[in-house]
Amino acid sequence: MLVAIVDYGSGNLRSAAKALERAAREAEIAAEIAVTGDATTVRLADHIVLPGVGAFADCKRGLAALPGMIATLNEEVIEGGKPFLGICVGMQLMATRGLEFETVAGLDWIVGDVAMLAPSDPKLKIPHMGWNQLQFHAGHPVLAGIAPGAHAYFVHSYGFNCAAPRHLLATVDYGGPVTAAIGRDNLIGTQFHPEKSQDTGLRLLVNFLRWQP
Amino acid sequence: MLKMRVIPCLDVAAGRVVKGVNFVDLVDAGDPVEQARLYDQEGADELCFLDITASSENRDTLYDVVAHTAEQCFMPLTVGGGVRTLDDIRKLLLAGADKTSINTAAVARPQFVAEAAEKFGSQCIVVAIDAKQSGPDKWEVFTHGGRRGTGIDAIAWARRVTASGAGELLVTSMDRDGTKRGFDIALTKAVSDAVSVPVIASGGVGNLQHLVEGIRDGHATAVLAASIFHFGTYRIADAKAALREAGIPVR
Repeated sequence: MLVAIVDYGSGNLRSAAKALERAAREAEIAAEIAVTGDATTVRLADHIVLPGVGAFADCKRGLAALPGMIATLNEEVIEGGKPFLGICVGMQLMATRGLEFETVAGLDWIVGDVAMLAPSDPKLKIPHMGWNQLQFHAGHPVLAGIAPGAHAYFVHSYGFNCAAPRHLLATVDYGGPVTAAIGRDNLIGTQFHPEKSQDTGLRLLVNFLRWQP
Repeated sequence: MLKMRVIPCLDVAAGRVVKGVNFVDLVDAGDPVEQARLYDQEGADELCFLDITASSENRDTLYDVVAHTAEQCFMPLTVGGGVRTLDDIRKLLLAGADKTSINTAAVARPQFVAEAAEKFGSQCIVVAIDAKQSGPDKWEVFTHGGRRGTGIDAIAWARRVTASGAGELLVTSMDRDGTKRGFDIALTKAVSDAVSVPVIASGGVGNLQHLVEGIRDGHATAVLAASIFHFGTYRIADAKAALREAGIPVR
């Protein structure tokens, strides 16, 4: 199988690629992991990963600057139903819009806004940075085998405010619930970094590679 | 619940791990990738590489070390030392770093922090503040690995870089670094209480109680140490146990 990691100038791609390679080895799946900015490669891929670190607007601009990429993602993921994983800002880009620095339209795949975190306790630091414990709201094949309370690594100042509760798969507590995973149909997104979350993250990536929604 | 972080730091020069004692008397002590893998296995919450030579000719060596580490360790990695341009940051992120720490370049041109935060997001911009006590409850910012005073007040500086978009502060006491006498708690607390972003306490850890003090008394949300871990005096698990014993949430 071919897994495309979309490269639009946001960082973190090497560790995402290496973690997926490790996951493929552990799952005994013959997978080629392609880090690519080429829409044709994304079209050929079986699974698609959209990573992302940085600012929402900058990431959206980077993605839009790749010729044909957003159209291809819509065709392959939304119309074609290919398994899709968004990570961190890659997950946030699935939203209707982002409100970081400026209001910017997202891919609008899962209805919601990406807004500054507002923990109830003002002493809590922003960014929400470090290891927090996952609480699940719905079962999902990509989250299978990850125990409630498992730790995942977060680093973000903005969160995905999901409009429809049925799209909310997992949260963490940080002065109130913070979206940790969202999904519908063939789409899943994680605010945390599976590629930085040691065994929990590798488990999720193995599940994603095996996922046939 | 968010857990407080234990971060072993590897000082790297020309691709090799060294450990500074007051930033002189460097002792070569190993391969950074091997060290990183060990810390990963032991349950460190993050890793930090500080490139303390940071001369341009050794830059590619650092990228290689970061890349090899990111291939083997699926945990967060902060890299600092010699980060001067947006392109330096981009190269480190592409090599596999998650965060980059900026010190001298921020002092030289404070606007750099804002530009970096806007380009890459606050969450990957750490400003390292090396501070030396200059009077009662007063600390001065130092640059160039602690060799050059700036006349800048450390607390005012912490507020300023945070307003510019720094996502985290790595606060190192130049008075304590390498002494094993513990963090400068007054400094750590003054900075932590002055800013909204996470603060990593650094400089001077000699025993596990010092780590407890950094979080409990210094209000840091992460503690960084090098030599106590590096020379095997304590393991990561010992640090976690000591923090847990003190009622501090750890992973």
